[in-house]
Amino acid sequence: MDTNIIFIFILSIFVGFEVISKVPSMLHTPLMSGTNAIHGIILFGGILVLADASSLLAQGLGFVAVIFGSANVVGGFMVTDRMLQMFKKKK
Amino acid sequence: MSATISLIFIGVAVLFIIGIKFLSSPKTARIGNLVAAAGMLIALFALHTPDGISVWTAGWTLNYTLITIGIVIGLVIGAIGAYSVKMTAMPQMVALFNGLGGGAAALVASLEFLRGVQGRNTVTAFITVPMLFATLIGSLSFSGSIIAYLKLQGKFEKPITFPGQNILNGFILLLILALCGWLAFNATIPVAATGFIVMFSLALFFGIAMVMPIGGADMPVVISLLNSFTGLAVAADGFAINNTAMVVAGTLVGSSGTLLTLLMCKAMNRPVTNVLFGAFGSAGGSKAVAGAVAGTVKPVQADEAALLLAYAQRVVVVPGYGMAVAQAQHQVRELSDELGKHGVEVQFAIHPVAGRMPGHMNVLLAEANVPYDQLVEMDQINPSMDRVDVCLVIGANDVVNPAAREEKSSPIYGMPIIEADRCKSTIVMKRSMAAGFAGIENHLFYKDNTRMLFGDAKNSLQALITAVKEN
Repeated sequence: MDTNIIFIFILSIFVGFEVISKVPSMLHTPLMSGTNAIHGIILFGGILVLADASSLLAQGLGFVAVIFGSANVVGGFMVTDRMLQMFKKKK
Repeated sequence: MSATISLIFIGVAVLFIIGIKFLSSPKTARIGNLVAAAGMLIALFALHTPDGISVWTAGWTLNYTLITIGIVIGLVIGAIGAYSVKMTAMPQMVALFNGLGGGAAALVASLEFLRGVQGRNTVTAFITVPMLFATLIGSLSFSGSIIAYLKLQGKFEKPITFPGQNILNGFILLLILALCGWLAFNATIPVAATGFIVMFSLALFFGIAMVMPIGGADMPVVISLLNSFTGLAVAADGFAINNTAMVVAGTLVGSSGTLLTLLMCKAMNRPVTNVLFGAFGSAGGSKAVAGAVAGTVKPVQADEAALLLAYAQRVVVVPGYGMAVAQAQHQVRELSDELGKHGVEVQFAIHPVAGRMPGHMNVLLAEANVPYDQLVEMDQINPSMDRVDVCLVIGANDVVNPAAREEKSSPIYGMPIIEADRCKSTIVMKRSMAAGFAGIENHLFYKDNTRMLFGDAKNSLQALITAVKEN
C-alpha cells in the first residue's frame, strides 16, 4: 500500500473539521445533505469493481453498487439544491 | 497514474473542500453545492483503474454496458426521488440516499474481499482491515438509515426498548469485531467467505438494533452520524482499491459529519452518548413527570384568538413539526401579512431543532416567501419574550416546554427552549393533547395565560385569517 494515501487521509481529517467550524443551525440540514452527496463518490468504487467482475454474482452485486452510488450522487446534489433554492433572499 | 491525472484529482479535492466551505455560509451555500457537484463530474470523467488505464477508453465489454445502465438507473431514481419529495419529507430522503451510499460501500468492499478469498488478489491485513471496516460500517449505515427513514415516515416512531438492550447490542458488536479480527488474517481460506457473510448479516442487524431504541425526535442526529459513517466506509474502500479521490472525499465527509453531529447535539444541549444510548423517554423517567401537571387546559375558538392577535402590538410565531405536517407554511405567511396590515409587528422564532431536522422551519418558511428579516433565532428572541403580547405556537411542543428549564427529572432538562411561557399570552395550535415527540407532558399548555386552539393547523389558520380580515 502506498503510504502517501495515509498522509492524505490524516490531512483530510483535519481539513474536514476546520472547514465547517462555524455553521449556523439553519444550514445544518443542507450541509448534511451536501456532504451526503459527496460520499456518493462510492459510485467510482462500484464502477471499478464492476469493470473487472467476471462471475455472475460479482456482476450482479457490482451492478447494484453502481445503481446505489449513482442514486446517492445524483439525488444527494439535487435534493440539496432544492433545499438551498428555498434560501433565496427576498428582494 | 500520469501527472496530469494526479493534478486533476488534486483539483477535484480542492473543489470538494471549497464546496463544503461554501455550504456552511448562507450566502454561498447554493454555489458550494454546485462546486462539489462539478468536482464529482470532473472526477468521474477522469476515473482511472489503479493500473492507470482510463475507465472510459478501455473498450466496451458487457461490464461497461452494465456500468452505463446502472448509472442511468441510479440517475433516474435519484432525480425522481429528489424532485418528487415534499419539503416536509426532505429529512427522510437524505436518510435514504445516505443508506444507498452505505449499501454501495459495503457491496464494493464485499466484492473485493470475496475476490481475495478466491485467491485472485494478493491480500494482506493492510488491505483486509479497510475492506472489513467498510463492509461493517457501510452495511450498518445502510440498515440504520432505512430504519431512520421509516421512523421519520411515522412507522414505529416511539423508541423500542427492552431491559439489557445496550448489553445485547454491545455483545453483538463484540461478536462482529471478533469475527472481523479473525477474517483479517484468514481472508484466503475458503471458509472465510462463510464467515464474511455471517459478519455482513450481523452488521446489517446491528444497524437496525442501534437505531430502533432511539426516538424519532433524535433522528436528525442519527442521520448525521450515519452520514459520517458512510463517509468513513467510502474512505476505507478508497484504501482497499487504492483510489485517492475516494479517500479524500470519504474522509472529508467523515470528519465534517462527525463535527456536524456534535454541533447538532450541542443545539439540543445533550451529549451524543445520551442520544445514542439514552433511549429517550423510556422506562420510569417519563411517568414521574407526567403526573406532576397542575392547572387546566383552556380551549379557545378561532374568532377570539383572532381578536387577541389583531389587537396585539407584537406577535411571535413559533412554528414546529405540526406546521410542516399540515403543509401550513403558506397560511402562516398569509396570516402574518394580514396582521401586518393591522399594524402588528410579527416575528418568527426559530428553534434550531424545531421540526425533524435542524433548519427545517427556515426551509419551509422560505418556501412560503416569509422575508428573511422576520426570522429570528432562539437566542436573539428569548431576552425580549416578556414584551411579546401574543406568542402563537403552531404545532411545536418540546421546543417550548418549560420543563426543560424547570424540572431536573425531565428527559429534556437543560435543552434550550423558546421561552413562550414568558409572553403576556400564548395561543397554542395543536391537533390534540397528545404528547410531543419526546413523549412528555408540556406545562405550557396548562398555564393561566395559555389558550389552546385545537384542530389541523391549516384549517385553524384559515379560520384565523378569515377572522382577522373581518376585524
